[in-house]
Amino acid sequence: MYGKGLKPLSIATVAMLAASLSLVFFYAPLDGDQGFIQKIFYIHVPLAMTALVGFIIGGIFAIAHLRTDNRKWDAYSYVAIHISVIFGVAVLITGAIWAKASWGHWWVWDEPTLVSFLIVFLMYATYYPFRYAIEDRDRQARYASVFAITAGAFVPLNFMAVRMAQSLVHPRVFATSNGGLPSEMLLTFLCCLAAMALLWVTLVKFELTAKSASGQVKRLRRALDAPAPGGSSRIAPEVS
Amino acid sequence: MTPSRAAFAAILAKDLRSELRTLQSLPAMALFSVTTFVIFRFGLDRTSLSGSLAAGVLWATLLFAAVLGINRLFVAEREEGGFDAIRLAPIDRSVLFGAKVAALIVYLAALELVAVPIFAIFFLDDAAGLGPLVAVLLLADLGLAATGTLISSMAVNSRARDLLVPLILLPLAVPLMIAATGATEPLLALGGPSYHRFGTWLMVLGLYDLIFGLVGYAVFDFLLED
Amino acid sequence: MLLPLGAPALPLDEAGKYVAGAYVVFVVLLVVYVAIMAAKLQRIERELREVAAIAEERSDPQAAPGRGSEAPLASRGSGGGGTDV
Repeated sequence: MYGKGLKPLSIATVAMLAASLSLVFFYAPLDGDQGFIQKIFYIHVPLAMTALVGFIIGGIFAIAHLRTDNRKWDAYSYVAIHISVIFGVAVLITGAIWAKASWGHWWVWDEPTLVSFLIVFLMYATYYPFRYAIEDRDRQARYASVFAITAGAFVPLNFMAVRMAQSLVHPRVFATSNGGLPSEMLLTFLCCLAAMALLWVTLVKFELTAKSASGQVKRLRRALDAPAPGGSSRIAPEVS
Repeated sequence: MTPSRAAFAAILAKDLRSELRTLQSLPAMALFSVTTFVIFRFGLDRTSLSGSLAAGVLWATLLFAAVLGINRLFVAEREEGGFDAIRLAPIDRSVLFGAKVAALIVYLAALELVAVPIFAIFFLDDAAGLGPLVAVLLLADLGLAATGTLISSMAVNSRARDLLVPLILLPLAVPLMIAATGATEPLLALGGPSYHRFGTWLMVLGLYDLIFGLVGYAVFDFLLED
Repeated sequence: MLLPLGAPALPLDEAGKYVAGAYVVFVVLLVVYVAIMAAKLQRIERELREVAAIAEERSDPQAAPGRGSEAPLASRGSGGGGTDV
């Protein structure tokens, strides 16, 4: 039963989001260097961190799939990666907006975290054509798990490498000039991070519930000997 | 149960023999590299390169040649039915991974043996940096071989394999590229080779090799069951 | 206030637009996702209706046809209890 607990979870998410956004605009102090633009960080960075952890969780689910040979883990892995990719789109767009506001260009190569994230995003964007190219569902699930594990191992390595590639001239923007966040900002940031994490879990559960419902309908149809006329998705794993 | 080492040697020998026999990809890839150098000469409008430009041109070319060549090796294997034969053999599939990686390293090293001297002749003013470059090349080859074997083993059974391997392998190779060019750039610097952060970058390459070697070794079993 | 080199600090009304833009993007993506899920939910509801009609027809073949369902029962070619249970 995937829908169990979805309602309290979504309520908690909404509450956390509302609280965090209030903190961002009514409580957190204005940054000395960046001014009001710094407020973008409260949404951009939590989204990024959540997406990255989401990718790694997708890899962990994939390990479970390979070890137990239970297809539900493949579905979990797919959904985890799928939601994280959507979060990734938000990260890149908000990152570009921040870059435009800060540096005047829609993209900058100076911010190592943003660049690393772009590479990770490009990596996971290939997940879909990869799944699509493998027709046998069993093999598709297995190979997708291998991909998710490989890509999961890739994420931290990539961040490390890009960080090292940056010249030391450009200061890292996230740590402010006074070195480290003042406590009000830290609190606000942590609340936003919790809100995004809750949102991620809620959306994953939501998606799995919808898939499960679809799966049950298919099961009903099979039992009644009345198969559906339409085709089902070729890449999204089914949940039953 | 066949001892792993014997199996490893046997598969490695088979791979190398088949590559030598067909002689398909290697000359083609060497030719591709040289032509790419020429394109860079005109694309960048430079007749001599040093530092970051030299490192970039060299590694971009090697990477693209490797990605194109890796595909060829596995396609040939599949068409000859090699995969099926090995799947039936009573050996540890991870040994197969090791053997394929080793064969790919030999292939890449052979490619570099041709491409790098030609690169030096075309673009470099002094070849003093080439000696230590060998260490970078070897470590990078190991990483490319591990990820290349992993990805092409998966893609070889798919419909769009010619597109999939470059598509997936290139982002995967970015950290490797960063480390390789990071180490190479000071080696090919204008005033003579320097070793700024050389050890650090070699360690990053080693880490990359270790991580993806382990991942490949652990999951390869699941790629061959049917 | 003397700004150090490279510090962006745009005036508040300009900066406000960018910050608002970023949050708007977030909300829009979230709502788009909800809309896509809504479409999926609609499809599930439609299919459940069909399946319910099929089940009802099976359990009670003499019932009046076309009872509140969208499924084209007539097209199943059953002339008088054609489907055996």
